[in-house]
Amino acid sequence: MFSQPDLIALAITLKLAFITTVILLLLGTPFAWWLSRTRWRYKFILEAIVALPLVLPPTVLGFYLLIMLGPNGPVGGLMDAIGGRPLAFTFTGLVIGSVIYSMPFVVQPLQNAFTSIGQRPLEVAATLRASPLDRFFTVTIPLARQGFLTAAVLGFAHTLGEFGVVLMIGGNIPGETQVVSIAIYDHVESLEYVQAHWLSGGLLLLSFLMLIAVYALNRRFRPIQL
Amino acid sequence: MIEAKFKIKRDDFSLHADLCIPAHDVTAIFGPSGCGKTTLLRSIAGLDQHRQGYLKFRDSNWQDSDNFVPPHHRPLGYVFQEASLFAHLNVRDNLNYGFKRTPQSAQTIKLEQAVELLGLEHLLTRKPTNLSGGERQRVAIARALAVSPQLLLMDEPLTALDQTSKQEILAYLESLHNQLDIPIIYVSHSADEVARLADHLVLLEEGRVKASGSIGEMLTRLDLPLAQGNDAEALIEATVVEHDEEYKLTYMEFSGGRFTVAHKNLSIGKTARLRVLARDVSITLEHQNDTSILNIFPAIVEEINEDGISQVTVKLLVGGVPMLSRVTRKSASVLGLKPGKQVYAQAKSVALLA
Repeated sequence: MFSQPDLIALAITLKLAFITTVILLLLGTPFAWWLSRTRWRYKFILEAIVALPLVLPPTVLGFYLLIMLGPNGPVGGLMDAIGGRPLAFTFTGLVIGSVIYSMPFVVQPLQNAFTSIGQRPLEVAATLRASPLDRFFTVTIPLARQGFLTAAVLGFAHTLGEFGVVLMIGGNIPGETQVVSIAIYDHVESLEYVQAHWLSGGLLLLSFLMLIAVYALNRRFRPIQL
Repeated sequence: MIEAKFKIKRDDFSLHADLCIPAHDVTAIFGPSGCGKTTLLRSIAGLDQHRQGYLKFRDSNWQDSDNFVPPHHRPLGYVFQEASLFAHLNVRDNLNYGFKRTPQSAQTIKLEQAVELLGLEHLLTRKPTNLSGGERQRVAIARALAVSPQLLLMDEPLTALDQTSKQEILAYLESLHNQLDIPIIYVSHSADEVARLADHLVLLEEGRVKASGSIGEMLTRLDLPLAQGNDAEALIEATVVEHDEEYKLTYMEFSGGRFTVAHKNLSIGKTARLRVLARDVSITLEHQNDTSILNIFPAIVEEINEDGISQVTVKLLVGGVPMLSRVTRKSASVLGLKPGKQVYAQAKSVALLA
């Protein structure tokens, strides 16, 4: 079964995925909304940046983050200047890395959901006395619920499976930055195949269940055309 | 009054509208597709914002050079071409959406009243997906009414519907017009709907107001496209005075005489619209007695328009009320028709629009 350190790694992984998902939903919602509405001609550049983690090797992303967050990097230097400690090899650093790494999995479903709602329901709401903020909460969010569910589950599941970025900026500190994927790697390195099986199987099952949930919900909330 | 001035220029389209619309009754904005009707209506609602615009509704300025009232602060209702119901809400919550956002002091229409006017009592718990096209549009109309609008804007609300639903909703719209005192601006490209509903008409052509006025006057103005061609018609308001039970007929009076139409169950004293197509009206110099035509009126030729190769349109005044007749150029010449001439107008068929 799971050893004590494995359970800690699992807890850190779930905590990381949860915090990352919450941050991404909070930041991603206004950003995806803006992307879906703006007529700014260079918006495609931002869309490309959001999509970068999809194609970039995680080590590349992790490398640049390490440079940025390390004591000699701009962010690390800033932290140093204000009396904090550098973010590399900390849980906070992991969260920052995960937020960037999983960004497309949250922003893209939200942007698609907002785009597919179109302008009309919001115009209707405007003629029914709803202010812009009121319209967002009472029309946009309920109509985009499918996008929110997809975004949340994909963001969470993708963070669970993170390896390269974590390895680069989180290191492998048990109890602080050691996540399941890295613990599995360690077990295999030390030929502890039983532990590796348990952790791998657990992650496989969890990921599969979450994807099942996404696809089942997508089927139930088929977009309604009126 | 509603005063609107908009100047919009886009690559493929320009709207240069300057119009005054009475703040009562039904005003139809009529014109071919692409003439800017919808853009004009959206600009009045504030859904489209243009830098160059001026809009005044009664005593309040909705838009001028340094002031733009956003749509949610304008006391209007809007019915779109597609019902556009909120898919996540059932019928009752759709109706409630605007109703509960309307301050109580401004509520002149109760929710139950809107439900009753559009006959929605049995649909309240349904989801929009489980409604027919006609039902959806009725919900959309009731939803717009539930905000107690001081102005109701309708953008071709019947276009997306089949013929049966169209007739059904037209009847609802007529009763709405009769029971509520809300000015309506109704965008349409259907002459039929305009004839049934409109009291005033704004004729839009390529983004410009070509003419505007009361419907009776506009339909019979020979210089406008409405009175040209084979579908030209006149609308005449007449009052029910008598029913003939034996022959199943209804008699209706107007200032030019008495119409005989097929029996319709209307109470005596009720006013209704009659439609007389120009191609159904013939002209004689003497009163014909041995004819099957019942609707014969003394008339004066007002104007003649030679708008066809072989046909002309004649504008007649029957007791001061304009009526059109489409006859061949040859007949016009043989009868010696000219403005001021006394003739008889014979209407072969008259449709009662009610």
